[in-house]
Amino acid sequence: MRQKGLRTKETWVNRASTVTGALDRSAVTSWVRGRGVYVAFVALVVFNLAITPNFASVATLSNLLIQVSPVVLVSLGVALAIGTEGIDLSVGSVMALASVFLPLYIGYGWPVGIFAALLVGAMAGLVNGSLVAFVGVQPIIATLAMLVGGRGLAQIFAGGQLLIVSDPAVLALGQARPFGIPAPVIVATVAAIVVGFLVKRTTFGRYVVAIGGNRSASYLSGHPVRRTLLAVYAISGLLAALAGIVATARLGASDPSNIGILIELSAITAVVVGGTPLSGGRVKILGTVMGALLIQLIATTFIANNLPFTWAQVFTAAIILVAVYLQKGRGAA
Amino acid sequence: MEQQTPILEVRRVTKRFPGVLALDDVSFELRPGEVRALVGENGAGKSTLIKVITGVYSPEEGEVFFKGEEVSFSDPRESQAVGISTIYQEINLIPLLSVAQNVFLGREPRNTFGLIDVNRMNREAAEILERYGIRADVTAPLHSLGLGVQQMVAIARAISVDTRAVIMDEPTSSLEAREVETLFGVIRQLREERVGVIYVSHRLDELYEICDRVTVLRDGRVVHTGELADLSRLQLIAHMLGRELTEVEAEGATGFGEEHEAAKEPILEAKGLTQWPRLREITFDVRPGEVVGLAGLLGAGRTETAKAIFGAEPLDSGSVKVGGDDLRTGSPGAAIKAGIAFLPEDRKSEGIIPDLSVKENIVAAALPRLTHAGLVSEKEQDQLVDRFIESLGIKASSPDQPVRELSGGNQQKVLLARWLCMNPKVLILDEPTRGIDVGAKAEIQKLVDDLALDGLAVILISSELEEITEGSDRVVALRDGAVVGVLSGEDITEGRLMEVLAHGGDAAEGSENERDVGE
Repeated sequence: MRQKGLRTKETWVNRASTVTGALDRSAVTSWVRGRGVYVAFVALVVFNLAITPNFASVATLSNLLIQVSPVVLVSLGVALAIGTEGIDLSVGSVMALASVFLPLYIGYGWPVGIFAALLVGAMAGLVNGSLVAFVGVQPIIATLAMLVGGRGLAQIFAGGQLLIVSDPAVLALGQARPFGIPAPVIVATVAAIVVGFLVKRTTFGRYVVAIGGNRSASYLSGHPVRRTLLAVYAISGLLAALAGIVATARLGASDPSNIGILIELSAITAVVVGGTPLSGGRVKILGTVMGALLIQLIATTFIANNLPFTWAQVFTAAIILVAVYLQKGRGAA
Repeated sequence: MEQQTPILEVRRVTKRFPGVLALDDVSFELRPGEVRALVGENGAGKSTLIKVITGVYSPEEGEVFFKGEEVSFSDPRESQAVGISTIYQEINLIPLLSVAQNVFLGREPRNTFGLIDVNRMNREAAEILERYGIRADVTAPLHSLGLGVQQMVAIARAISVDTRAVIMDEPTSSLEAREVETLFGVIRQLREERVGVIYVSHRLDELYEICDRVTVLRDGRVVHTGELADLSRLQLIAHMLGRELTEVEAEGATGFGEEHEAAKEPILEAKGLTQWPRLREITFDVRPGEVVGLAGLLGAGRTETAKAIFGAEPLDSGSVKVGGDDLRTGSPGAAIKAGIAFLPEDRKSEGIIPDLSVKENIVAAALPRLTHAGLVSEKEQDQLVDRFIESLGIKASSPDQPVRELSGGNQQKVLLARWLCMNPKVLILDEPTRGIDVGAKAEIQKLVDDLALDGLAVILISSELEEITEGSDRVVALRDGAVVGVLSGEDITEGRLMEVLAHGGDAAEGSENERDVGE
């Protein structure tokens, strides 16, 4: 009985100490590794409470949350893709594509418009997923093609112009405040809970991490690898479409050349900073949400204190490097 | 052997990890020109000792001497620089670079312009390989060579520096018999050159063939040091396991017991499996309660046959029947549903999902059964997991421990649990005991035996003749992707099997007839 505990502990210690060299340090880094994003977030909040004027106000808070909502939505899909050892670069363009389909079909009533937007997002995701799962294209290439082509298509469908959306039901999605909570925040929260549930409790979630952790082993355990990959990219497309709808509703118009631009980079940052390794095999949904909040808070901090925004970008870059450094140990073992 | 300054000496070394005494007052010395076997079960302290010698760890107590001088390396590069080379089980080379580039990786010869002198590099690499009797085109990319040759290149790389001591950690685990011979040639050459070799292996045959002396570690202590020739195999195993000799004798060298009563009707029929050119018209069957061994040299098509039956390899033609019903080939999912289970050869790359927990690894194949309305039933999952952790004696701190932290033997048990919890009709085991310690090996062999007694049909693939001949009720011999003979009953001996593998053809006819009569 004594032996049992000892051996496993020995392996654990061997691994940890090879990685960082010293035991104390490895204990600290492994603690931080798991919770770094929370630590950084809390630290930044405390910092802001101390120095940023009017930080602790409803207006600042709700602004922050509204701005982060589309990022959270697309990050959830990107987190799933990264969990399978893939990636989805196309989320920003899919947002734009969905955003254009909303005004195009809203003439048939707002439910049709929203349905069309979601459908086109899911379709774009299915194209990504088919390329990855069945054709065997590398996820980064498949979704890069969609990143480039998707926005092009969006502009073609829009005829190169801004399309105004004035349907009150749609606008409410971006601007209403039931119980004082901004609608985009509610949408993002519900989506995060649903995806978190998918990851934690469903068989689909198990397949996602198994594929990312060891695709051959997953296949040889009878897992539906291709179907799962297809579903992951379809879900990511659907979430991007939802983000596109929310962003359009906020703006009151569909702007295919600007909506969702570069959001894929924020999403990847949120996912990685949140503790999901780029090598797949794990998905941290709460971490991803916190990661998105953290980078938004960095931007807010710089803007609110009249610091040049360019420095916010440098700071964010530093955060990314720290996150990747903290994760590095895992693969090396 | 005359007394002389040892190349390497470890004096009264103690290494602690929190809560564990990994090395307890260990002394060890390696003389020039000596090949020393370092053996012990997993967790005995072999790896820790190697890591102390090479400078990965620094010991709490005790000293390490190299060529008579006290040394304290702070990382493996320092020990490498003074002449201690380590060759690991896994090949740490770059597949896309040429053989010569790999041999000289990080220390390429330069010309006067500071550029890599390709001609000189190729010439010198060829000389080095030649010296150790390794035949390979030095300009070919590494990945185009067989695993065995790649391992040789790794060895050539390690010893082409001015090496005084070489540590080989299970160097033969991916080698064929012929390649092992080449490796032994290299080791003999090193012995000639008065280099000291520490040889870690689980394969007793190899130890007795190549090693002079042996050090046995158990629970962090040296329990025996001496001439290997003075020690019988049973005595050696007894030292490693810490058991009485009589006990080991009673159990035999493997964990396998008696022959099994097989049913009359086959549960699995493979007919004419063909995947040109690797598999040609492979036909055999397995009955419930029977262990059928698939024997053959590396590359004979054993693994391909197993994977084809399991649906993980495409087939040009051929059919598989389970319980009389045709199986849709080409889909592991369909094979699993039909009751086939497959334990792959390469535990790391095809078996475990390293970051997932023991629990999640065990239920990986059973997920569809544990799923209700898309959700995993935690309760049913935990019951299943607890049952198998207990019945297979899986040693883990908790079911939530990541499986990568377990020892090789325990990982293999996790994978066995993954399949046994499916209640399979046919269990295919591809090298089930490779790279795991003696204790776990015997346990797994015993388990296979018990499973067959309970009526399971087992297909056993193993490179160890002993395992195949002692474990199987029938042996299907493969060569170059075709069945060259079937042995059963009294015929299953190592000698007979080697004869069939070597000569094939005629023997196959005889066995075929015998089998026809039997059915």
